[in-house]
Amino acid sequence: MLSKEEMQEIEVEAARYETRQAAAIDAMRIVQDRRGWVSDEAVRDLAGFLDMSPAELDGVASFYNQIFRRQVGRHVIQVCDSVSCWLMGYEPLRERLIRMLGAGMGETTADGRFTLLPVVCLGACDRAPVMLVDEDLHTNIDPDQLDTILDKYR
Amino acid sequence: METPLTANIQPGRRPPDIKAYRQAGGYRALREAVLKMRPEEVTQAVKDANLKGRGGAGFDAGLKWSFVPMGEKAAGPKYVAVNADEMEPGAFKDRLLMEGDPHQLIEGTALESYAIQADVAYIFLRREYHLAARLLQQAIAEAYDSGCLGQGILGSDYSLDIHLHISGGRYMSGEETGMLNAIEGRRANPRAKPPYPQVSGLWGNPTVVNNVETVCNLPHIVNNGAAWFRSLSLTAEGGTKIYGASGRVRRPGTWELPMGTPLRELVEEHAGGMQEGYRLRGIIPGGASTEFLTPAQLDVKMDFASVEAAGSRLGTGTIIVLDDRSCPVGMTLNLEQFFLRESCGWCTPCWGGLQYAVELLAGIEAGAGRMEDLDTLDSLAAMLAPGHTFCALAPGAAEPLGSALRYFREDFERHIREQRCPWSS
Ligand SMILES: Cc1cc2nc3c(=O)[nH]c(=O)nc-3n(C[C@H](O)[C@H](O)[C@H](O)COP(=O)(O)O)c2cc1C
Ligand code: SF4
Ligand code: FES
Repeated sequence: MLSKEEMQEIEVEAARYETRQAAAIDAMRIVQDRRGWVSDEAVRDLAGFLDMSPAELDGVASFYNQIFRRQVGRHVIQVCDSVSCWLMGYEPLRERLIRMLGAGMGETTADGRFTLLPVVCLGACDRAPVMLVDEDLHTNIDPDQLDTILDKYR
Repeated sequence: METPLTANIQPGRRPPDIKAYRQAGGYRALREAVLKMRPEEVTQAVKDANLKGRGGAGFDAGLKWSFVPMGEKAAGPKYVAVNADEMEPGAFKDRLLMEGDPHQLIEGTALESYAIQADVAYIFLRREYHLAARLLQQAIAEAYDSGCLGQGILGSDYSLDIHLHISGGRYMSGEETGMLNAIEGRRANPRAKPPYPQVSGLWGNPTVVNNVETVCNLPHIVNNGAAWFRSLSLTAEGGTKIYGASGRVRRPGTWELPMGTPLRELVEEHAGGMQEGYRLRGIIPGGASTEFLTPAQLDVKMDFASVEAAGSRLGTGTIIVLDDRSCPVGMTLNLEQFFLRESCGWCTPCWGGLQYAVELLAGIEAGAGRMEDLDTLDSLAAMLAPGHTFCALAPGAAEPLGSALRYFREDFERHIREQRCPWSS
């Protein structure tokens, strides 16, 4: 079931386009911002709300990497694996993260605290290596500082 | 030296709000345009300015707009879509402009919209730019509150809505027609051209797509004129350019400089040369989808025509520097892995070709390569080149691959001869 607030927010977006379907990506973002991810049930509810078939909406959802169709941890770490970060030490950073968290790329820690994902260039290549934790961009990361950086995400 | 694009930008400080932006001369160009200029006059000024699109391909901005049907009989609604997707690996200039001076982008968007008489403009922003999203939302709200957007802009009879669209991700969303599909709530697969978006874009209506940096130039062209804009440049292509450098240079960063600034000046002066203990091996001049240049080509002028003459492309103008302590094969593998992951899978040469290329590159890097693999990689690079695929992603992937095979041949061969990566300890 979509909440009243979710429906209201989606209506605001839908009014900005010529068709209701155009709000599909916004609608999934709105749900994800509140629930962390977009479940099958949410896809069915949203499809009905946007006059689409669930299969059609699922096809759209599965194209986009920032729409999470599986449950994620309380915090999502996205590590840039593109070229400038690769040059500046992405690999040691990734290895340290995996060791620290005991979870590989695409996985969630056993305590549900973090999900670890690779991401395309975050547009901060002059401050590489970089990663995004939820909405915070961390730059010039020294793997030795990871403990301190992650400490504030409980 | 004039730096119009970054005049209001102070790193580490909040960007100007609408009051500060107006005090610095902001929204004067928009007022002038909507009250005193005909739409065609704005387009003409941009044409005369010789503003080349800053999204990577360098297409003439004024010329692009001139394909939009104009006049009373032109069917509406019409749209502008500002490309703020910035997902090209190694590109980081649009972030600076949006986080540093969001009103400049809003004013530019309104000017472009006025020139083609658009009813609605979307700013298509990648999801990961959370700070830019907050700042742009706020700037748009301020612009509405003070009459710079909405009904009857600044006392004229021109009305415009600007909406921020936050993307769901994927590099293909930044391709012009993929973006149109994304805005319509579909998968961001590219569309066949023709028809071109200027005639049939969003929901079948005329739509113009331009890059953030392109759009940010517009207030300055309207304020100061085409001749002034052309005089900012060292070459025929008008204006300044936001250049940048990443990799093992002393001072990675971004700089607004005259269009046509030599590559050597970027590397040696602005970026401060290589870090202690590192030597320069190669340069990718404008994001992942441009060909390597060699240290022998440092004197190339960084504008679209000159970099093309040197065998590569200016692209985004943010250079990626390869040093002698990083493996060229590993770097090429990283680049091609990006293109493979982002390929939409529509055309076999792209999807299949990239998969094969990545497999071979990974094999060579891991010490399991054979000399024949290099010939196969050469032909894969040729297959990915323009003409075989539906969109420009595959040709983009061919550029670093083909040039790496050419310039770093010895390094590839050494991997195969020694059956290991000489850079891995
Ligand atoms: C796969 C692909 C991704 C692209 N991504 C972007 C992007 O993120 N930002 C951008 O401005 N242009 C991008 N482009 C170029 C756009 O298709 C388009 O040419 C550009 O936005 C036009 O703006 P301009 O004329 O102002 O340069 C991309 C092109 C391709 C083929
Ligand atoms: S070239 Fe690649 S990304 Fe472009 S349409 Fe074909 S498969 Fe998709
Ligand atoms: S390559 Fe990592 S931020 Fe650009």
